[in-house]
Amino acid sequence: MTAIRIPPTLRTEVGGERQVEAYGGNVREVLEDLARRYPALEPQLFEAGELASFVNVYLGGEDIRTLDGLDTTVDGLPLILLPAMAGGAPGAPAAIGSRRAEPGSAARSRRWTALRREGRAEHCPSLLRLSAPRRESGRTRC
Amino acid sequence: MLTTADSLLSLVGNTPLVELSRFAPGPVRVYAKLEGQNPTGSIKDRVAKAMIEAAEAAGELEPGRRLLEPTSGNTGISLALVAKLKGYPLTCVLPANATEERRRLLQLYGAELVESPGEEGSNGAVRLALELAERDSSWFMPFQYGNDANPRAHYDGTGAEIAEALQRVDVLVAGLGTGGTLMGTGERLRESFPDVVVAAAEPLPGEHVMGLRSLADGYVPPILDVSKLDRKLLVSNEESVAALRELLDAEGIFGGVSAGAVVHVARRLARELDDGVVVCVLADAGWKYLSADFWDAADVETSMERTVWW
Repeated sequence: MTAIRIPPTLRTEVGGERQVEAYGGNVREVLEDLARRYPALEPQLFEAGELASFVNVYLGGEDIRTLDGLDTTVDGLPLILLPAMAGGAPGAPAAIGSRRAEPGSAARSRRWTALRREGRAEHCPSLLRLSAPRRESGRTRC
Repeated sequence: MLTTADSLLSLVGNTPLVELSRFAPGPVRVYAKLEGQNPTGSIKDRVAKAMIEAAEAAGELEPGRRLLEPTSGNTGISLALVAKLKGYPLTCVLPANATEERRRLLQLYGAELVESPGEEGSNGAVRLALELAERDSSWFMPFQYGNDANPRAHYDGTGAEIAEALQRVDVLVAGLGTGGTLMGTGERLRESFPDVVVAAAEPLPGEHVMGLRSLADGYVPPILDVSKLDRKLLVSNEESVAALRELLDAEGIFGGVSAGAVVHVARRLARELDDGVVVCVLADAGWKYLSADFWDAADVETSMERTVWW
């Protein structure tokens, strides 16, 4: 089971939920399962079978475009869906010169990919607490 | 050797790199490039100077031409300095809820302010600026999100300075906003250190700043090529603020919100390595955030969620 955090923009499509669940071994399978459960999401998430340009998907707080894209193994980590936003210009209209986000960036360093496979790459605990409100005063570190 | 400068503009760049041995102890050395030491206190001095000088060189700017830029922060202040010294009147379009320091600083530097609806955030400022520019062609809008002089300033400046100062760089960490710092600095560092990992620290937006009608309203700045990033990591506001307080405690460095996010990611990536050098770019200092209410907030996320902080 993979927990998926849904941004406000997409909540109508999932009956108003902040967080939903879906199943699959990699990100593609999880998102396809999600789209089966909530068919209204399908056209928002996919363009011709690939991740839509203005959707960012994060696994354990890391953008899957800098991991293995839709083929990234989920490993029990939660997913966060977010609209593509730039600092200082959230949701600026596409007409001002936006273009497609490039999918499928390959991590350049094999060493780092290996570290991630060994499970040495850390994931950020506070981003894993998807729905729990952050009320405690203790500082989170990761 | 001490020298004199002919103008504040020649003091843009050449910022110091300082080791963060207390904040990030261990076998991996972490260095911070202190962009808060630029003349107006942020990395955007490099971008503003480069965009205006590129436009001058291309013959797009004649003396007295009016400049217009949507900005809720650092870029506006930097443009205000450059515009003042070069004799261009500047108008900044900024959201009505921008912090008082920013508004005051822009006015003191001589910029005219036009307010866009606060609830539309920077998005509203961009939209209004575009409308104004369309209605009146006498405006010149540098537009940092789509201006190649932005990444070039970091290729020629930030990146070249780091490559000159260090014999080895394994990881570069910078905040993701327009993408200018990451694209330009990353490209220059790859020339000197081909295996360098270019890592983006990205703000996890609060619920209230994601009020897009649909994902199709999303925005990827034209100068940002995500395929050139090796890592792209979300950082919550809570983590950013915790890290910037810790950085102040440990090193005496008072960083801005994005600086907190960047050192947070730098330390995390340093822990993934056995040895090496991590360089992080701290875009500004914390002074312009003093009036924000997150410093004493019991719940940092809630107090920060209505604004995009970088």
